Amino acid sequence: MRALLALASLIRHPARTALAVAGIAVSSAMLLDMVMLASGMRLSFRELLDARGFQIRLSPKGTLPFDTEATVGDGRATLEALQRHPAVQAVAPNLGTQLIAPRGEVGVTLAALGVEPAVQGDYTLLEGTQPARGEVVASRAALRALDRRLGDTLTLASDWDTQLRLFRSTQVYRVAGVARFHYLGADQNVVALPLADVQALDDGARDDRLSSIMVRLRPNANAADVARDLTAQLPRVSVLTTADAVAQADERLAYFRNLAFILGSVSLAVGFLLVTTLMTVSVNERIGEIAVQRALGVQASRIVQQIVAEGLVLSLVGGALGLGLGLLTARYLESILGDFPGLPPDISFFVFQPQDALSAMGMLVVAGALAGILPSWRAARLPIAATLREEAVA
Amino acid sequence: MSRALSDTMLLEAVDIHRDYAMAGDAVHALRGLSLSVAEGDYVAIVGPSGCGKSTLLNLLGALDRPSRGAVRVRGQDVAQLNDRAATDFRLRSVGFVFQRFHLLPMLTAAENVALPMAEAGVSARERLARAAELLAYVGLGGRTAHRPTQLSGGEQQRVAIARALANQPALVLADEPTGELDARTGAEIIALFEQLNQDGTTLVVVTHDEELAQAARRVVHMKDGAIVRDERLRD
Repeated sequence: MRALLALASLIRHPARTALAVAGIAVSSAMLLDMVMLASGMRLSFRELLDARGFQIRLSPKGTLPFDTEATVGDGRATLEALQRHPAVQAVAPNLGTQLIAPRGEVGVTLAALGVEPAVQGDYTLLEGTQPARGEVVASRAALRALDRRLGDTLTLASDWDTQLRLFRSTQVYRVAGVARFHYLGADQNVVALPLADVQALDDGARDDRLSSIMVRLRPNANAADVARDLTAQLPRVSVLTTADAVAQADERLAYFRNLAFILGSVSLAVGFLLVTTLMTVSVNERIGEIAVQRALGVQASRIVQQIVAEGLVLSLVGGALGLGLGLLTARYLESILGDFPGLPPDISFFVFQPQDALSAMGMLVVAGALAGILPSWRAARLPIAATLREEAVA
Repeated sequence: MSRALSDTMLLEAVDIHRDYAMAGDAVHALRGLSLSVAEGDYVAIVGPSGCGKSTLLNLLGALDRPSRGAVRVRGQDVAQLNDRAATDFRLRSVGFVFQRFHLLPMLTAAENVALPMAEAGVSARERLARAAELLAYVGLGGRTAHRPTQLSGGEQQRVAIARALANQPALVLADEPTGELDARTGAEIIALFEQLNQDGTTLVVVTHDEELAQAARRVVHMKDGAIVRDERLRD
């Protein structure tokens, strides 16, 4: 009977109820999006690091991987030291540089990665084979920019001499594969080639240099313990576990989290105020009916239950609609933010997790229930005889 | 033929006062009023507007508390009950009929009648069967699924009477039950009240309606918060 009364009260003013539900849906969609945003980039970044199966990353001291041109000078010795550690299963060195594909006097600039193709963790091969000496794998964007296909050859220079107006150290490479690069922008022109080829450029100027090293540990090895050992052994490099990298990225993403927290709180407050307003208006309108129910023997607590149930129904229906709306909005926003230049393709801003949806819905439902308590309690405690008399006069 | 009046007192109001503060002034709505109502009696309370009739009815039905004095129903002082107990008393022992019917507009006639039964914990099947029975008793057997807006004033008041009888109360209190009805419909309600009383229901009715008052077994005249005359018309 309580449920019937709660539903009947909501159905009585369909337009008002529909507007309230729409308002709550928008508010809950925003709340869900903000909850997804607050944890999305962090999760996505962790997934990105974990997916390649490397637990430790080494980079020149004082830098983070992927964001510097600094290099480790004694690459071979560092790699040997790593390979000697009993917990280390595989080591994937990487040397980043820029190459230029000449086009008249203007060239197309490419990000180039020197890798050990057999163990690398920077890209996934989509077509073709891993590069041998004199070969490259390229991103689709690079092939498009250079108008090349799998099996074609490419001339790449390591530098442009501005005085002589000449490309230096030009070399011809065959396109052995097409790859998706995980840590570079989806729209970026990238090639990967054997580490030895990159180190040999400019007459060996980069010999023995490395930009970063990824380390895969043996099963059951403790990444933090190994990182501690390596830090002691290799004082000239920074040793980061995935957890450290996520924590450092987390600090850089604090802006997003704070923004998400503030906007999420605002959404929740809007949802709460919306239900409170609606419940207050609805209760004030039915004050006489509530007094009649009390006169007929309905306990005050049951009146509160009924009105709280109305708030809950509004919150649940609005929240459920908001869930769908939030996912649609997140997808749309993701497509906008995903176009941001230089963003790795596997990074997502909004990551859906069932517990996020549950916590957003939970917060909204609790807010909806709380929003109904005050007006209903006030109405249930009104003096019955006086209220009936005033209603009769009105 | 009238049912014989019982010797047992159902209701006793003893020296009740009800004072209000209105715009800073004390208003004495009831001034030491005492009244006893026997089981099966039919009492009409009459008097000019503002004499305290409705205030008395509210106190008898535990809708309000006296400033002083006691209201005993079957020996229990309902003025001393806390809110929960007073609500339970109204649910199980009193049926109310209001001048403006006060049906819940979103419920059907049967649902309105079933509401107090639901509150008393009667099963859904039983309360719907009983609601149909009570609506048939008040002459609305064919209107169970109608909403209040689909019923005339007289029909709404019949539904309200059926609702008042839902939990088989010891006492039915009615405040101007014919006040919103035309003469013909009012006469039907008067007849229904007579029928109720003949079937054993104790009735206390506040009214300005002379015909309704004359249908009662006893008429209590009030003025300025006190009983000025108490006449028994029939036993």
